[in-house]
Amino acid sequence: MTSLACQSLDVSIAGKNVCSSLDIELKPKQFWGLLGPNGIGKTTLLKCMAGLSAPDSGTVLLENQAIGKLPRRVIARLLGMLQQHTVYVFDASVLETAMTGRHPHLSYWEREGPQDKQKALDAIRDVDLAGFEARSVTSLSGGEARRLAFASLMVQEPAILLLDEPTNHLDMKHQVRIMNQVESQVTRAQRCAMIALHDVNLAARYCSHILMLFGDGDWQAGPVDELLNLENLERLYQCPVETLQTPAGKRFLPGG
Amino acid sequence: MIPTTLRRSLLLLLMLMSVGSIFFASATGSVTLGWSEWLAAIQNSGSQHGELIWRLRLPRAMAAWVVGAMLAMSGCLMQVLLRNPLADPYVLGVSGGAAFATLLGMVFGVAVGFLPWLAILGALVSILLVFGLARGTGPWSGTRLLLTGVVTASGWAALISLILSLSPDNSLRGMLFWLMGDLSYSTLPLWSLVVLAGSFVLTLALARSLNVLAMGETTARLLGEPTRHMLWLVYLLASILTATAVSIAGSIGFVGLIVPHLMRLLVGSDHRILIPAATLFGGLFLVLSDTLARTVLSPQQLPVGVITALLGVPLFLLLLNRARLKGV
Repeated sequence: MTSLACQSLDVSIAGKNVCSSLDIELKPKQFWGLLGPNGIGKTTLLKCMAGLSAPDSGTVLLENQAIGKLPRRVIARLLGMLQQHTVYVFDASVLETAMTGRHPHLSYWEREGPQDKQKALDAIRDVDLAGFEARSVTSLSGGEARRLAFASLMVQEPAILLLDEPTNHLDMKHQVRIMNQVESQVTRAQRCAMIALHDVNLAARYCSHILMLFGDGDWQAGPVDELLNLENLERLYQCPVETLQTPAGKRFLPGG
Repeated sequence: MIPTTLRRSLLLLLMLMSVGSIFFASATGSVTLGWSEWLAAIQNSGSQHGELIWRLRLPRAMAAWVVGAMLAMSGCLMQVLLRNPLADPYVLGVSGGAAFATLLGMVFGVAVGFLPWLAILGALVSILLVFGLARGTGPWSGTRLLLTGVVTASGWAALISLILSLSPDNSLRGMLFWLMGDLSYSTLPLWSLVVLAGSFVLTLALARSLNVLAMGETTARLLGEPTRHMLWLVYLLASILTATAVSIAGSIGFVGLIVPHLMRLLVGSDHRILIPAATLFGGLFLVLSDTLARTVLSPQQLPVGVITALLGVPLFLLLLNRARLKGV
């Protein structure tokens, strides 16, 4: 089973400390939420974990091998990441774009087969874009482009999913739909996910584990029940927070 | 866009039209041959018409096809490289270096046969200059490459203006023709065919990677592309194609910009179909343009670059406008 581990990882950006000696391991069936205020370095950390940038020190291990030493092609078959922004410049169709998720699985001269196409069609349907297959990606709205990018990631079928604010630009229905899909990837397909979020309540509802970035390299990681509490959230966001008891569990509101 | 099922038929059609256009070009000109005359002449290369066809028109038409094909392919590659649909084969200064070296050769009275080699030399200097200055050690930076290339191109443009302003009047005409792109003195060296065929096969093998690279550097890396190596390969490939084309026919404008766009509107952005379509259409387009350049004001010959722009601009605007009406 594929796992992704950070070992005494030091990451910084523009002289700002994102995390100091971070030690966590993402294991199958774990759903991690990555929480922290704006500009704290969530994206920087995710990029580092995807092997897109090198840490200051420490290592990221993908299947027990240093990610920096693995060819991108090998990484892409195991790990996929949804970026925070999706901009399409050339007008490929929605179906073609979803199908790019098969790219790491095909050799140079190989073309996508009927199975690959079916995977793309299923993923497009799952993000509620059925009927859009022939549309040009440049004509999509922000939310639609976001869902298409998520569909491409599902077509890629990585065992490790890193998602940078996947619910950006999405209405409530589609937020839940995407989160449900990630949840089913994690529980049913035995994959693991880490998801950067600003919505604490989505994290409370879906995540099994939480990583909090407090700034200046401080972090805390652990099961969701231990970490998601008033004290940590007030420290994290530097604002008063109120708790609300609901039938589904504890939820949080910004306080006055 | 045309339906997926018709795209292969389009390739076949473009191939047949390419061959047809070369035959048509060989029959048309100062002496226009009818069907039976042409058939007789092509079978007898010793006759007067046979010489005209085999020695002059066919080589020129084939040179036009190869140059058009190379410019179109290079345009497709540059647009992916810079992730900008406005990029053309000349934007990074390859043609500027070639033009400067060629004009310098003309000033010093270098034999016409050597001018293509000077063009290649100038282009190579420019490629290496831009490559060396933009490379750095960090991750791939399209912006740095674009800025380095564009500034280098402006430098060459200044040097070209300098040569033009210092040259005697009687050599200006030849220089201007060369700068606008002209096939009058073109020959088709064997190695240029090797460059075309080799780049075509390599580009087709990388076509799916080009699709992914067009989505941005980070996306491409996440989908398994070693982007740094891939993008430098694309840069070198596009530059070599441009350098070869420019050495044969000078800086013919618009083919490398407009042909990829026209084909994008027709077949979409999948490079597995876009590259062959653009390559074939680029060749076809330049053969027809050059035939027009030879005949439209005959006996006066126009530089083919004037025709490509005069044909390409309205055609392009028309198609773009129709595409917008359909909401593409």
